[in-house]
Amino acid sequence: MPYADPYVLPIAALLTAIGMTEIYRLGPKDAFRQATWVVVGVAVFAVAIFGLRRDYRVLENYKYLFGLGAIVLLFMPLLPGIGLSVNGARLWVHVGALRFQPGELGKIALIVFLAAYLREKREVLAAGRLKDWGPLLVIWGAAMMVLLVTDDLGSGLLFYGIFLGMLYVATARTTFIAVGIGLFLAGSAAVYQGTPHVRERVTNWLSPWTEHRIFCPLTGQPALRQDCQSYQEVQSLYSIAHGSMGGTGLGQGTFQTASGHRIIPELNTDFIYSALAQELGLIGASALILLYMVFVLRGFRVSLFAGDGFSKLLAAGLTFGFALQTFIIVGGVLRVIPLTGITLPLVSYGGSSIVANFLVLAGLMLVSNRANRELAGVR
Amino acid sequence: MNRQLNRLALVAIVLLAALVVATTYWQTWASAGLQDRQDNAIQRVVQFTVARGLITGPGGSEIFATNVKRKRGGQTLFFRRYPQHKLAAQTVGYSTQSRSQAGLERSMNDYLTGSNTNLSDAFRSILDRLGTATVHGSNLRLTIRPGVQRLAESLLGTRCGAVVAMNPHSGAVYVMASTPTYDLNLIDQPNGYAKVLKIRGECSGASALYNRATQGLYTPGSTFKVVTAAAALDTGAFTPTSGFDDPGYCTEYGKEVSNAGNPDQGGREVFGHLNFSQALQHSVNSVFCNIGKQIGAGTILSYMKRFGFYKTPPLETPGNERFASGLYSGSHLFDPKDPATQVDPGRLAFGQERLLVTPLQMAMVASTIGNGGVVPRPYVVQKIVAHDGSTIRNTRPGTLGRAIKPQTASELTQMMVLVTEGGTGNAAAIPGIHVAGKTGTAETSVRNVYTAWFIAFAPAENPKVAVAVVLEKQLNGFGGAVAAPIAKQVMQALLNR
Repeated sequence: MPYADPYVLPIAALLTAIGMTEIYRLGPKDAFRQATWVVVGVAVFAVAIFGLRRDYRVLENYKYLFGLGAIVLLFMPLLPGIGLSVNGARLWVHVGALRFQPGELGKIALIVFLAAYLREKREVLAAGRLKDWGPLLVIWGAAMMVLLVTDDLGSGLLFYGIFLGMLYVATARTTFIAVGIGLFLAGSAAVYQGTPHVRERVTNWLSPWTEHRIFCPLTGQPALRQDCQSYQEVQSLYSIAHGSMGGTGLGQGTFQTASGHRIIPELNTDFIYSALAQELGLIGASALILLYMVFVLRGFRVSLFAGDGFSKLLAAGLTFGFALQTFIIVGGVLRVIPLTGITLPLVSYGGSSIVANFLVLAGLMLVSNRANRELAGVR
Repeated sequence: MNRQLNRLALVAIVLLAALVVATTYWQTWASAGLQDRQDNAIQRVVQFTVARGLITGPGGSEIFATNVKRKRGGQTLFFRRYPQHKLAAQTVGYSTQSRSQAGLERSMNDYLTGSNTNLSDAFRSILDRLGTATVHGSNLRLTIRPGVQRLAESLLGTRCGAVVAMNPHSGAVYVMASTPTYDLNLIDQPNGYAKVLKIRGECSGASALYNRATQGLYTPGSTFKVVTAAAALDTGAFTPTSGFDDPGYCTEYGKEVSNAGNPDQGGREVFGHLNFSQALQHSVNSVFCNIGKQIGAGTILSYMKRFGFYKTPPLETPGNERFASGLYSGSHLFDPKDPATQVDPGRLAFGQERLLVTPLQMAMVASTIGNGGVVPRPYVVQKIVAHDGSTIRNTRPGTLGRAIKPQTASELTQMMVLVTEGGTGNAAAIPGIHVAGKTGTAETSVRNVYTAWFIAFAPAENPKVAVAVVLEKQLNGFGGAVAAPIAKQVMQALLNR
């Protein structure tokens, strides 16, 4: 890939290394598993690059297959026998000892489908012909339903955000976005009313601390909310606060109680940012976010310089998804938005996430390689 | 499409920038507040990464509080241990995993954790934190003499009470005993706190956590006559030789206020003609009642304030573990605007009325007489020494001002010597030296149950030690019989006699 963007691969490698380091520091056993997944991720990355090196745009021809694939992947955790529920969210499938979050790959499949479909129909969609909206709404509606059924609002928000972002790029119609956001708010209100799981997350977000003991559904006893439902969120904030300006130093942070128990159970997945913020401090945490910013800016640059609509939409979808996912999880940890459990791209522990994000990287490299080669005048 | 792409990129960057802003907020602005929160599990552990300073006796070798090192999850943690168990427990205090603290462990926490020292030490501790070096707090050297403290606690035994012994010149507190006491190591054990709360001495409803030396409020009874006598002599209204006639009672508001009963006579004692010295020697209530009526409650109250009443006595222990002495109305300190109409001067003069005092305050009264009329400022922390051996703070003796003239102090000393030589306090006499003392037997709400007191200083000519002893709820227990012997032994131990 001689013409590929020279920044995205090193930044992705650096983020992966930062994640590996912190995961190793939190638990060497997990780090070994994560390393194995990185190897798998690199292999998938290599296969994708090699397989699509001539022209990745063949993917366009299989757009409905991707759309179908996305739905199948999203539905998989609901299938009896292989579906698995972790922390109230049905996001997993297990085959033997192997556990996997198919939704992560579903996200990539959906972006490919949307890029191809929107490229083909963007003019007619902008004109507002209802029949062209059909397949799009079906795919999207199905995806949203699955997400609501799986009780995983984080992915729902992510998918919806990607959809709106790509739709805007393709049609340039701000009214679509306004209607989309309005629909989202209405949907959120309905979900808030209907799902106790979501209501709890919002309550924890708005008032994580209580002065008086309230009923704690986990123990059935009265307790302060910070000792019950919002415990992880609150302790994660304490972890970040403890880092202060310079951090405690890598390996010097405090993640266990005096009796040796983990303070935050989901530390190396959902809360890895609070572990990093404690050990690296404001300086290190800001540097990490800056890395994400540079990666995202490079991603949009790839999209800008791409020669055709499909490439532009593909790169924009992958990049915006990457940025939005970072915002949703870190923003949740930082109490900017309610916390939902998704992974921090490339840094969090989790095999499916690593493989999916290496595919994002492969996509950006393929698009940029082609665009830059064209710009260089080489055919 | 490129215009939309630019806008979408802007949205993405704004979202990510919001994360930097939020991180900045939590790590700078909100950081201190979050770290102070009780439920902060990280700070609960982090406190153990600091090697808290030792708390030792004056020599540095008798250790009240130390640390046990343990490796947990790659960190070296320091857990508090109290090798002296029950000794001076309420003064030393505790520091637990749940971050509740008491006593010096609480009030001197900043020194013990090395977090609030001077700039260069603060800088060094930041460097320690940045490197892998353990942060070491500073050590406290107390003025408490462990040997005598132990003696005092064993003399109190299972009775509820307190002993305060101090240097009458410098204010250094040698003994601050409060019983019942408790093993400081118990607090952090499972259910330990509940076990401590269940400890009962020979008094009901009392907590071992309570530092009776500074928090115990007792009716002073006749020990307060020292303050009345100081006022009577210092104002020039009376001299030690002023004569009185004692009919066995004093008339107040048309009612008779009797002298204390004499067990041998089965009723009140009647002394007939006697002088001021003899009235103090035998603790004659009617005489002090008449003195109080003559000089007035206002005069007595103003002398009380000179002795330090109505103010929380200064000491290094936490402010809410010390109470001010004075008249109390309900549970509040009562400073009458018009003492002449609001206070019964006769009963105030012999230490009843609504007077409540702490043993520390009464030790300060004895010290003041022994110190020529100047109130010494009590202290219990002699020295604060940094981990590297450098002295951070060395307590210099101070005063709380002059209460009475030197002449008054020396006259009162002679009168108080008579108390232990042929008076109510014979049991405190130490062979070979003169002891100046005063007994007290305050009535409680229960008949024949008294609060027994003794305050003293010795040697009378050149005092080296002043002491106050109180015993709660003594059935037929008079100050001269139960409290004076404890004072004697504590003074003997401190004077090496």
